[in-house]
Amino acid sequence: MPSEKRGEMVELAGKDSLKSIPHKILEEAYKAGAASDEERAGTFFHIDTSTVYSRVNELFKGKVELMDIKVALQKYQWLSDYMWSAVPREGDAFTRRVAEDFSGGYFLRILPDAEVTFPLQSCMVITQENLEQRLHNIIIAEENSKAHLITSCLQHSTVTSATHIGVTEIYVKRGAYLNSTMVHQWREESMVRPRSAAIINENGTFVSNYICLRPVRDVQMYPVAYCMGEGSKAIFNSILYGHRNTFMDIGSKAILEGRESRAEMISRAVTREGSKIIVRGSIEGNGQDCKGHLECKGLILDDESFLQSIPELTARSKSIEITHEAAVGRISEKEIVYLMTRKLSREQAVSLIIRGFMDAGIMGLPETLSDEINRIIDIAAKV
Amino acid sequence: MYLLEVADLKVKVENRIILDGVSFGLKSGEIHILFGPNGSGKTTLIGTIIGLPTYEVVSGRILFMGEDITGKSVDERAKFGIGVGFQNPPEIAGVKLGDLLKFCLGKSLEDEFSEEEMRLIEAFRLKDFLKRETHVGFSGGERKRSEILQLLFLKPKVLLLDEPDSGVDVESLKIIAGEIQRYIESSGASALIITHKGDILEYVNAKYGCVLLNGKIHCFTDPKHVYEDIKREGYEGCIKCQVKSEEKW
Repeated sequence: MPSEKRGEMVELAGKDSLKSIPHKILEEAYKAGAASDEERAGTFFHIDTSTVYSRVNELFKGKVELMDIKVALQKYQWLSDYMWSAVPREGDAFTRRVAEDFSGGYFLRILPDAEVTFPLQSCMVITQENLEQRLHNIIIAEENSKAHLITSCLQHSTVTSATHIGVTEIYVKRGAYLNSTMVHQWREESMVRPRSAAIINENGTFVSNYICLRPVRDVQMYPVAYCMGEGSKAIFNSILYGHRNTFMDIGSKAILEGRESRAEMISRAVTREGSKIIVRGSIEGNGQDCKGHLECKGLILDDESFLQSIPELTARSKSIEITHEAAVGRISEKEIVYLMTRKLSREQAVSLIIRGFMDAGIMGLPETLSDEINRIIDIAAKV
Repeated sequence: MYLLEVADLKVKVENRIILDGVSFGLKSGEIHILFGPNGSGKTTLIGTIIGLPTYEVVSGRILFMGEDITGKSVDERAKFGIGVGFQNPPEIAGVKLGDLLKFCLGKSLEDEFSEEEMRLIEAFRLKDFLKRETHVGFSGGERKRSEILQLLFLKPKVLLLDEPDSGVDVESLKIIAGEIQRYIESSGASALIITHKGDILEYVNAKYGCVLLNGKIHCFTDPKHVYEDIKREGYEGCIKCQVKSEEKW
């Protein structure tokens, strides 16, 4: 990244309000889960190839560090040990592209024992046509810390085609809890390749929520959680709404190494208007007394669409207990008719069921954040 | 005039005749009890009146306040004022019970419940369930209380109740039946109640009882009397007892 851009970032970061971000972009970010920085413990904004805003709320100074990754790498020598330790640099063509060159990304560190009661937020925005945005983010949840992060990735409404490649490496230390919610709002001609992995230590919990509701040409991702520590836990939830020829191939993998480590995966997918959704889930039980459960439910609304659920359960010890339930198909006629006996028309009943099917309630979020996500779903489900 | 009249109704389910000429009428303020062995078609009768697509009307008519509703859709019938309380209502994942109750009341989601509505919610011991997904993880009794409360909130002119007394503890049954009775007295609505065990007879003031057997309705007289006969003679006794079934209900 050119140095003058970093200088600009530092200057903007010194301002204490999101007003420095163009109004139109902010408006769209708010629709994708972002909020004013008073409502957040920390805010990070990366637009196109520059980090333009990075600030920790006064109330949480000393509990959280949040800055551009390139700034952080200069500040902390030790941080380079965390680069490419969870996600392999040579993983695929996309990780290699980020390894070659990237414009920035966030470094988020929740300090030991800190309980961050407001959500943290990061916002990745594309405003340039045909841009390939490459980011590298690192999150460290130090021992016994607790935090929620909401990441909004979006594309300005004037941009039709772009590519986003984001590497995110997450380290959840002993006893820490990190809940990370990612909202994607791309456009119909975009290609998106997130590459994420989490390493979870003893009694740590990592929750990953993924929400993709707007049409997008092609998203493919398969984040991995390595539950290394005893009693560590990984939870993946996703709500996917495929319409207008969207293609999504969304997976999640949990590798249970630590004794009594756990994994849970819940996904809800709705596909219509010629969209294709593939939902993958893999839970691999290697350690003693590990448990996992995978649940995938999908609704398909027309004959032009496609929905596929691919679960994989692996056991390498007799003490393993991993279960799975999946259902794909039409909306239950029994439920539709039931709601019609409550004076709802067939159309109202169908949209209420779809809306309910995609409810953020599955994500275990605090009430305010859950309400915010539900508002985003309300808007998307009105199509 | 009848609020609800069923005239010579024949109904098929998967090519089998289940109801073979059923006729009856419900007048304002009346509660009728429908007995009958398992599989005799009691649930089919209620499902056909509300218009569930599983049930195919071969012949006969269903009239609501004199208007033929045999060809109407489920939601149209509900809007006319036919309310149904199912025996096994489905789970509606992601839809909060509180929201569904507001739909039943015709409120928008931003509206609050009135004091009287809150009183009923509390009487049905469902206050803690308002934010929960409808019927998801509910016990049998909780489901039943939710079902009857929704029905009362719909303010129907005719209540069709499929075994409101099964799987419910005595205390809940008292509440449910008491509120049904109260609603009927105050609104002039009428009800058709299916029961197996007759428990509900203790708490509602039912005028007639009848038995559905072999696709036809037999017998109609004081429901307690019918119930005593069934207990004594079994449903076999109802078949022999043809005399009363010649009367017009």
